[in-house]
Amino acid sequence: VSAVAPRSSATAENPRYRARRRMNTVMMAISTVALLFGLFWLLWILGVLAWNGAAALRPSLFTQMTPPPGGNGGLANAIFGSVLMAGAGTLIGTPIGILAGTYLAEYGRRGWLAPTTRFINDVLLSAPSIVIGLFVYAVYVSQVKHFSGWAGAFALAIIVVPVVVRTTDDMLKLVPNSLREAAVALGAPTWKMITLVSYRAAKAGILTGVLLAVARISGETAPLLFTALNNQFWSADMNKPMANLPVVIFQFAMSPYEDWHRLAWGGAALITLLVLGINIAARVIFRKK
Amino acid sequence: VSAVPDNGGFPAAGSSAAVTSGIPPPAMLRNNALMDAIFRNLTRFFAFVVFSLLAAILVSLVIGGSLSMQKLGWEFLWKAEWNPVTEEFGALVPIFGTLVTSTIALAIAIPVSFGIAIFLTELSPVWLRRPLGTAIEMLAAIPSIIYGMWGLFVFAPLFQQHVQPLLAGTLGKVPGLDVLFSGPPMGIGMLSAGIILAVMVIPFITAVMRDVFELVPPMLKESSYALGSTTWEVVWRVVLPFTKVGVIGGIMLGLGRALGETMAVTFVIGNAHRLSPSLFAPGNSIASALANEFTEAVGDLYTSALIELGLILFLITTIVLACSKLLLLQLAKQEGTRT
Repeated sequence: VSAVAPRSSATAENPRYRARRRMNTVMMAISTVALLFGLFWLLWILGVLAWNGAAALRPSLFTQMTPPPGGNGGLANAIFGSVLMAGAGTLIGTPIGILAGTYLAEYGRRGWLAPTTRFINDVLLSAPSIVIGLFVYAVYVSQVKHFSGWAGAFALAIIVVPVVVRTTDDMLKLVPNSLREAAVALGAPTWKMITLVSYRAAKAGILTGVLLAVARISGETAPLLFTALNNQFWSADMNKPMANLPVVIFQFAMSPYEDWHRLAWGGAALITLLVLGINIAARVIFRKK
Repeated sequence: VSAVPDNGGFPAAGSSAAVTSGIPPPAMLRNNALMDAIFRNLTRFFAFVVFSLLAAILVSLVIGGSLSMQKLGWEFLWKAEWNPVTEEFGALVPIFGTLVTSTIALAIAIPVSFGIAIFLTELSPVWLRRPLGTAIEMLAAIPSIIYGMWGLFVFAPLFQQHVQPLLAGTLGKVPGLDVLFSGPPMGIGMLSAGIILAVMVIPFITAVMRDVFELVPPMLKESSYALGSTTWEVVWRVVLPFTKVGVIGGIMLGLGRALGETMAVTFVIGNAHRLSPSLFAPGNSIASALANEFTEAVGDLYTSALIELGLILFLITTIVLACSKLLLLQLAKQEGTRT
């Protein structure tokens, strides 16, 4: 063995080298286990939802109202309320977000407003959503003295804005400057350059941001607790308390009634399907570009 | 992507007016200048709206909580009693619960996220990176209330029957640690809330770690490999030191998320206004106290005390998130100068 060149003793038989190799193997194994650990929770949660949700997803879920305990029913009013509020929240929040993001990316190369706003926006992006609910309660609900669908929509809009600002800003910054220069060289004023060139080039990215914002607010519960509250009945009046899926799930899941639990699982499966669907769709749209 | 704009409103390239004079009519120039001013100020206005949102939230919470601040004073921060009947309010229990659950969450999430980030950047075959990365990101997409429901109905019973007795039998016998794992196993409680929070923040920390790991110049890593380093040595001695600031930023981001997480915690923490050293015991966090009590709060002082709780939560998370952002910005700046 000693006849072998010294080079191999520096590698394969060197105990120190072997220890380093062993350390590497152990650490890489741990890293793989960490990944499996992460996937394990995802599969577990999705599995539970599929199992419990499949039993609850029936047509009556979409056609009947939320029942009193022990009664039969569905989640029609809650689904309708959620769609209405999430729709209104998106419609209010998206233009604000896109315009603010446009300022950050297109006009804000100099000056203090853009960098500061970008910073604040990133903080808002992760701010606790329950505090957004408290804010809307303080400035709107406590002034008009009643819970309402509008208050819920406002709270959701405040959650939409930072998401859209962030993606709009990021996506506009990806647009090559040569495109802008070409437009300006042709004599286009800045507003035309932005609306006709920058926006078109960043369209897919901005759309992705809006989709992600919709996904985010579809499952938000905390900001709706103090704003839209809940409603047992069908209501299309945005000035009244409004039923919505997340709060109904919360209320039903926390109750002691078996049939309410079943409906809550149905709602939970529905929301998750929607949210994951939108998330994957957003990725596909963005990648196609 | 069509990059060339239609020439809306401009003289067509071939039109004689444009060719001869080369200048659009003055009225059109004035219109464009006006539109420019309008569009610019419109975007600036909305940027300013976003800019002032943080301050607006802060001010509204301070006003909402002012009654409680006047009546209860600073004592609010360290008093443990919480009694709506006698109108005695102290924030100690929820603050304690928030900090404990977030600490548990980070203790689990940091090593796991680090491991996942290493796998995704160093070990995984290239074609698997994207699907695996997306799968981990999906953990962040699942709404908080789903985690809560699953935690209450599925996780807590299993935890109570299998994991808690095991912990009580092993770690609970170690002197010093025994107070942490004492008491009846109930399934719900601080430890369960912390574990579920960990799963919820793993995708956020992983995403930041993965992104900053990818910032490391390949030359640095290749040099290290050329000197005979193993993958682990490259990660530990080259990648991690290079991205330290960003990794801490990512951890702070996870912390910010964990502190403010509401629905999942509300389901599993047990909602008891009691201070207990045992992690098995039910407790309360700021967010879960708000979610449970706010709509049922009667009396101005009760509501005001809850809003002051919200203010405390907002201040803590804002500071944590601001630090996180500053660290990540610092890494980005460093990146610009070093390479």
